[in-house]
Amino acid sequence: MTRAKPEDDEYWNSSKFKAFTFDDEDDEFSQLKESKRAVNSILVDEDEDEDDVERVSWSGEPVGSISWSVKETASSIRSGSEQSFPKIDTTPSLSKQGSGYSLSSLFKEKFRSLQDKLLLLDEAVAVYDGNVITAVSQILFRELMARDVALRHYVHYLKEMGEQKLLVELLKALGRTEDMALMHYKEHLNIKDEGRRRDFLKSCLSLPFSQDDATHVQDHYTLLERQIIIEASDKKADAEIFKKFPRKASILNMPIITTLYYSCFYHYGESEGTFSSPSNIRKTFRISEKQYILTALGARAKLKSWFDVDSLFNTKNWLGYTKKKSPIGFHRVVDILHKNSAPVQVLQEYVNLIDDPDLKLSGALKYKCHDVVINTYRDLKDRQQLIVYREKLERDSPEYRKIQELLNNVQIRWKN
Amino acid sequence: MAHTEWKDAPGLPDFSLLKRLARDQLIFLLEQLPGKKDLFIDADLMSPLDRIANVTILKQHEVDKLYKVELKPIVSSSDQLCFLIRPRIQTVKWISDLVNADKVAGRFRRYKIIFTPQKFYACETVLEEQGVYGDVTTDEWNFYILPLDDDILSLELPEFFRDNFLEGDQRWVTTAGSALRLLQSVYGSFSKVYGIGRCAKMVYESWRELMEDGEQRTRQPEFAKVFLVDRDVDFVTPLCSQVVYEGLVDDLFRIKCGSVEFGPDVTSSDKSIKVMLNSQDKVFSEIRNEHFSNVFGFLSQKAKNLQTAYDKRRGMDIQQMKAFVADELKGLKQEHRLLSLHIGASESMMKKKTKQDFQELLKTEHSLLEGFEIRECITYIEEHINRQVSMIDSLRLLCLLSITENGLLSKDYRSLKAQYLQSYGIEHLLTFANLRQLGLLEEQQAGETLTVMESKVGKLVNDKTVGKLTDAFSSLAKKSNFRALSKRLALVPKSGEEYDLRVPRDMAYVFSGAYIPLSCKLIEQVLERDGWTGMEEVTRMLNGQEFAVTGLDKEFVCIKLYIMFVSYVKLLNGGVVV
Repeated sequence: MTRAKPEDDEYWNSSKFKAFTFDDEDDEFSQLKESKRAVNSILVDEDEDEDDVERVSWSGEPVGSISWSVKETASSIRSGSEQSFPKIDTTPSLSKQGSGYSLSSLFKEKFRSLQDKLLLLDEAVAVYDGNVITAVSQILFRELMARDVALRHYVHYLKEMGEQKLLVELLKALGRTEDMALMHYKEHLNIKDEGRRRDFLKSCLSLPFSQDDATHVQDHYTLLERQIIIEASDKKADAEIFKKFPRKASILNMPIITTLYYSCFYHYGESEGTFSSPSNIRKTFRISEKQYILTALGARAKLKSWFDVDSLFNTKNWLGYTKKKSPIGFHRVVDILHKNSAPVQVLQEYVNLIDDPDLKLSGALKYKCHDVVINTYRDLKDRQQLIVYREKLERDSPEYRKIQELLNNVQIRWKN
Repeated sequence: MAHTEWKDAPGLPDFSLLKRLARDQLIFLLEQLPGKKDLFIDADLMSPLDRIANVTILKQHEVDKLYKVELKPIVSSSDQLCFLIRPRIQTVKWISDLVNADKVAGRFRRYKIIFTPQKFYACETVLEEQGVYGDVTTDEWNFYILPLDDDILSLELPEFFRDNFLEGDQRWVTTAGSALRLLQSVYGSFSKVYGIGRCAKMVYESWRELMEDGEQRTRQPEFAKVFLVDRDVDFVTPLCSQVVYEGLVDDLFRIKCGSVEFGPDVTSSDKSIKVMLNSQDKVFSEIRNEHFSNVFGFLSQKAKNLQTAYDKRRGMDIQQMKAFVADELKGLKQEHRLLSLHIGASESMMKKKTKQDFQELLKTEHSLLEGFEIRECITYIEEHINRQVSMIDSLRLLCLLSITENGLLSKDYRSLKAQYLQSYGIEHLLTFANLRQLGLLEEQQAGETLTVMESKVGKLVNDKTVGKLTDAFSSLAKKSNFRALSKRLALVPKSGEEYDLRVPRDMAYVFSGAYIPLSCKLIEQVLERDGWTGMEEVTRMLNGQEFAVTGLDKEFVCIKLYIMFVSYVKLLNGGVVV
C-alpha cells in the first residue's frame, strides 16, 4: 500500500474512535444514568388509570395478537387433555406410482438429449473438426447455460424433498464429488444419538472431501469418539472438583476449544496418555500455542489457580533464568485475569509485563495497580501526573507515602 | 431508515391501502371454507399476519383456534383445517402426511391450503405424488408487500437470499415482479426504473411481462422512480458493525418484521415486552438514525423535558388539572413509557458492547475498509476466533476481509478456517462451503510464483516482516474490486480529517465517518445523472447488468421517493450459517 500510514495516535484521537470513548466517569454515561433515575422516579398518582397503556401478556406478546393467541391455544392444550392422533410418519416417501408425469422424469428427458450433444462434441474434438466444435459449442453453450440454471433448480428441489440418494447420484454424475461428500456429511446434524452420530461420521471418512475438509471430518469423528468416553466417565462425577464445581452441561458435541477448556478445568495436569488430558487434546488436534495458552489461562483463572497461570508463562532462557513470555499480548492476559477477580498483586505483576507503554499505563490506571502507575510516572519524570494521581489515594497508604517521597526527592529532574 | 425531509415532497403515499387489500383478499379466501375451522400458520407469517388482520378479525370469519405450523403431529379436533403457509415443500409434505394419516384412521375432514404469496408448481406435484391432490383445496393469497413503516415496504421473504443467491433458484423473481406490478396498479405507473444486478434485471423483465398482460393505467403516479439493486452488488455494507441507534437495537435485540423484544434488563421489571419500532414511536423516530454518540444527550434532554411537563401538575387548579388529564396526560405517559424503554435499551447497549472490545472491532473494520495494516487485522481476527467471542462476528470479519482483499491468501484461509472450526464447531465446514459458493469468503487464486517466493522469504525473516512482504506481493498479484470501487467512488473519507457526527457532511456518518455505503452511493450517483452515463468504469467493476428505463408516461416530478428492493439483508442469519 502506497498511502501514508497515519500514526496510531491519530486514529485514537480521531472522531471515529472518540465516538465510542465512554469512561466510567464520563459525563454522558452518568448523564444517562441520571436520566434513567429521573424517568423511573417520576411519580404517578394512584388514581390515574393504567388502562390506556397497551396490555401486554406475561410472555411479552401484545394481548390480542396472533402470536399471543397461538401461545394461549398451545398452553391450554398442555394443561388440558385433548384426544391425540396416531403418530404421523414424516420420513420422506416419494411414491412414484401416483402421477404420470413426475418432476424427475421431466429432467431425465432433458439430460438424454443433452448427453447426445455432448457425445457429438467429444467426437468432433477427437477429430479436431473446428467447424463442428464451434457450431455445437455455440448451441451447447446456450444449452449448458440453461441446463446450469435448470440443474440448480433441480438440485434445490431434491434437497427440499429430502431425496438424498437421488441427489448424491446426480452430484456424482456431474462430477461434483466434493459437493456430494458435503451433502452426505450434512446428514449428521439430523442424528441426535451421539453413538449413532459417531458411527455415521466414521462412515463419512472415506468420502471424496477436499484434502483440508477430509482432515476436519477426521477430527470431528475423533473428537466425538473421545467426548463420548470422557462424558461417560465424568458423568459419575467422583472427583473432588466435580463436587465443587458441578458441570453445567455435557461435553458432547462441543467444539474442540470448548472441550479443551473443559479439560483444563477438570482434568488439568493429567498425563498425556489419557483422552481427557489437556496435553492429549492439544496434541491430537494440533492446537497452537496461542490457542492453548488462551484457553488454559481462562480455565485456571476461573479456578483462581494463580500458580498454574504463572507456570503457563514461565520459560527458562538459555542461562537457566526464568522469565515470562506470552504469545498473546499481556494486556489480554490482564483482561482475563481481571474478569476472574484476580487479586491486585497478581494483576500488577502482569500489568508490569505489558510491552507497549501506553497500554501499560492505561492498564495500570484501569486496574488500580498503584505501584506500576507511580513507577511509570516516575520514569517519565512527570511530576504533575504524580500529584494528580496522589489525590486519588488514601492519605496514609504506602502508595501515598511513596509518591510523597518521590516528590521530595531532590535528585529527580522533573520535566514539569 | 427514516423519512428524509425533501422540501418538494408532497407527502408519502398511503400504504395502509396495501394492508387493506391484503386483508380483504384473505377474508375472501377464508370465507371459501364456510363454517368453523382451525387455522395453522407458518411461524414466520405470524408477525406479518398480525399487521394485516388480527385475531378478532379472524374470529369474525369463523376461525376457531390458531396454531403454529410445526412439523409434528397435530392436536386439533376440528373438522375443517386451514393452512396458511409459504410454498415450502417440507410443509406441503407434512400436510400430505397429515391428510393420509387421517385417511388411514378413517377420519374425514376438509382441508384448505392457502399459499402465500403464491403457489409453486412443485408444491402441487408433491400433493399429487403423495396422493392427496384431490382431498385438499388450494388457493393463493397474493400478500406481496407488508408496510413496515410510513416509508418502508417489505417483501417479508426470509428465504429469498438463500434461495436466489446460494441455491441459484429463481423462484421468487416473479414474486418480486408481482409486487412491483401491485404497487404500480395501486399507486400509478413509474416513470423511471434503474437497476443493477442479475436478479434485478430478471425482476424487471418479469414485471414488464406481467404489465404487458394486464391493462395499462394512466393515473398520476405517486412514485417517480424505482431502483432495483441486487444484494450481492454490495456485501460490504451489511458486514460492517452498525453504529446508529436503530442499527444497534437490531444488532443486539434483533428487529423482526418491524418489532423487537426487550428483555427484563431493559424493561427494569421481570417481564419481557414486544414493541413495534416505527415512526409512531415518537422517541424512536427522533433517535433511530442518530449516531450512537448523539443519542445519550438527546435522551437526557427528553427526560428533563418530561420531568418539567409532569411537574406542571403541581401548580394546577382543578380546571387546569382536568384539561391536563384530558389532553396531555396520555401523551406524556406514552412518552414516559417509550423513553424508559429506550433508555433501558441504551444502557444495555453500553453494557454489552464493552468499550474495549467494540472499539477494537470497529478499528479493525475501518482498517479493512481503508486497506492498511491488514496483517494486524488478520491477527485480531485470529484472536477473536481463539477467544470464541462471537460466532457471527468472527464470520463477519472474515467475510469483510475476504471481500475487501479480494479473497484470503491460501495459507490464511486454511489456517483461519481450521481455527474457526476448532472454536465454533467442525460442522461449520458446511458454512464455509456455503460462503465460498456465495463469494463471501474465498481463497485467492494465487499464482505459483507468489507461494514459492513466500516460502523462500519465510525461511529467512521473522513473521512480522514476512507479513509485510506478503501484503506487498499480494497487492501486486491481483486487483481488488472493492478497493478500486472505493477509490473511484470516494467511499472512504480521508483519515485524519475531523468528522463532525452531529452535523455530518455525507452518508459516512452511519459508520462513524469511516465509510459511505456503496449501494447508497450508487443510487445517489445514478439519480443525479439520471442514468448510468459516466459510470461505465464502476459498472464494469460490478460485473455489469445495469439498466435504466424510462416509462411511457411523461416524467412526473411529484416525489423523489424511491424504493430499494434489496434482497434480504440478514444473510448470515438467513440460513447460510448451518
